[in-house]
Amino acid sequence: MSVLVDKNTKVIVQGLGSTGQFHTDTAIAYGTQMVAAVHPTRAGTEFHFEGETDHSGVPGRDDTYSVDLPIFGTVREAVSATGANASVVYVPPPFAADAIMEAAAAGLELVVAITEGIPVADMVVVKRYLEGKPTRLVGPNCPGVITPGECKIGIMPGYIHERGRIGVVSRSGTLTYEAVHQLTQLGLGQTTAVGIGGDPVNGTNFVDVLDMFEADDETQGVVMIGEIGGTAEEEAAEFVRSGMTKPVAGFIAGTTAPPGKRMGHAGAIVSGGKGTADAKIEAMNQAGIVVAETPSDMGEAMFRALG
Amino acid sequence: MKIHEHQAKQLMAARGISVPLGRVARSVDEAVAAVRPLIEESGNPVVVVKAQIHAGGRGKGTFKEHPDVHGVNVITDGIDGGPSAAEERVRELAKRMLGSTLVTIQTGEEGKVVSRLYIEQGISIDRELYLAVLLDRALSRNIVMASTEGGMEIEKVAEETPEKILRAEVDPAIGLADFQANELAMGLELSADAAKNFKRFVKSLAAAAGELDTSLIEINPLVVTTDGSVMALDGKMTFDDNALYRHPDIAEMRDETEEDSAELEAKNAGLSYIKLNGTIGCLVNGAGLAMATMDTIKLAGAEPANFLDVGGGATADQVTTGFQIITKDPAVKGIFVNIFGGIMRCDVIANGIVEAIQRVGLEVPLVVRLEGTNVELGKQIIADSGLDVVNADSLKDGAEKIVELTGGGSQ
Repeated sequence: MSVLVDKNTKVIVQGLGSTGQFHTDTAIAYGTQMVAAVHPTRAGTEFHFEGETDHSGVPGRDDTYSVDLPIFGTVREAVSATGANASVVYVPPPFAADAIMEAAAAGLELVVAITEGIPVADMVVVKRYLEGKPTRLVGPNCPGVITPGECKIGIMPGYIHERGRIGVVSRSGTLTYEAVHQLTQLGLGQTTAVGIGGDPVNGTNFVDVLDMFEADDETQGVVMIGEIGGTAEEEAAEFVRSGMTKPVAGFIAGTTAPPGKRMGHAGAIVSGGKGTADAKIEAMNQAGIVVAETPSDMGEAMFRALG
Repeated sequence: MKIHEHQAKQLMAARGISVPLGRVARSVDEAVAAVRPLIEESGNPVVVVKAQIHAGGRGKGTFKEHPDVHGVNVITDGIDGGPSAAEERVRELAKRMLGSTLVTIQTGEEGKVVSRLYIEQGISIDRELYLAVLLDRALSRNIVMASTEGGMEIEKVAEETPEKILRAEVDPAIGLADFQANELAMGLELSADAAKNFKRFVKSLAAAAGELDTSLIEINPLVVTTDGSVMALDGKMTFDDNALYRHPDIAEMRDETEEDSAELEAKNAGLSYIKLNGTIGCLVNGAGLAMATMDTIKLAGAEPANFLDVGGGATADQVTTGFQIITKDPAVKGIFVNIFGGIMRCDVIANGIVEAIQRVGLEVPLVVRLEGTNVELGKQIIADSGLDVVNADSLKDGAEKIVELTGGGSQ
């Protein structure tokens, strides 16, 4: 098993700019079931993808691929024609919130928003819109979700992943790659790696993903990677303490970050004495999470946590 | 993005939110010229001269050049001496404040040079309150925070007397409801008149936060005057940078003199750079990894000179610019490049590094750690360049090597 995505996940792509095209191509190369694209002005046409298969992905495929991806004018049409159950959003920031809501209105189970730079107020509205709907939003401003060997949605490099027994959940893209790379090298591998994104308002939090990993038979341990700002890591620590039986290792970035400065991610800011790395590390230690001192020790910390 | 107090008050006034009368002055003459009309319009012989900088604590802060002058000054000379006495006093003050460096608890030792003043009418204060609208990340929406403890640092109030902080959620579909405004007014124990004015004030403020895409509006103090009016005596606004594209008028309020020049140069090149106080320059892809790199340098015994995230899709040009910004900092004794190339290919980074060194030279030790896509090719490019670059196998290894090469850190 795995969480969020697997070999049966059928994905549509919203936003076919150069970024959307590039990552749709790598997703197809990986073996993800990309079934349609949505683009109002190019509806009724097809987008052609071809290239060499990424054999680190879904096994048992030919060495090359050639795919004509049908383009629809709306998400609803794309879903009814293809039976898609997930979407990935590469739409530019001013239009991304609307794209997410359109995907939810079409009844998709999962929406992964990669777009960076969506106004906070737009995400506040999106969260309100999603209330009471079955759609799960991951992101925005995240690398995406991957279940190695089955489905890759997002911008992460597929080849560093290997199917295994550890779940990964992270607010940071490149730190996720660090963790994944180490887990692969140590032979632990991953069940699913989930990037929840670095924005202050996002669809899915640590607790949501930890809960899924706890319920997933294949996942034997979890690496969670946080950073300064907000209190999501503290809430996650409380969840681990009270509701998790599986071992958890972690890392928090930003011990040296000065207060009041936004460290790249919109959500990574220590303000009013809140959201410090020290408070988060303390809460995680209290919850029995093995916290790595540096990112180079994340895999090692997972080993220790597994016992 | 931050703006000045006078700009925040201008935005509030345009939305019917009550603020004192005031005029901005960029010269001594402008400051003096503001006095008489203010006194005539307000009917109050008292005026206030306020330094405009992007930092709080101005009232208690003093000038480096004039330790006896504060950042905010109440001028009462007009009470007995009439407007001309007030003008004379403002002239003296403006001469000393403009162009001088104000040091407050928030500016750090280096302080900030004052290039504009705000001259405001005096206000007869009955009560000082606190009011703010800000994002509550756990709720994923704005909240209004109010407190009877105006004029104090809200963090201190939150720590010592958390029961004195009132909160109300702003539903994005509804705004702040009347009953919520009423609950806040009751909680603040306002008189009937003041409560009526407060309710209008707080509803307009919550709406303004939504309309203007602020990440924070803080009014400290919000004052109740002796005649029951409710007014923003101070005003601080911070905006969501991601939403500035839909507020060109606010984007124009940016005061670049308030920003670090290197940070500005980086921003214009599409890089995220923050100057810090250490000696090890870092160039990293990804915000989380950049922070973690700083942390690891510190753990290895030195201090990072900067945060620099070149992003997920940086070009060789951006890497070169990043390098130039780092090497310009005279405090930098060594540079650590830490790249986990996912989408960004290591050969692109390697070319950027080689090009940068060829262009700007390299006078300090450089440690490079490359991992990810095309890593072998990247390492080859650096090896073939013949430049004096030390390779590292991991983040930790790299941090330890650069600290060692620069003399074992600050100890």
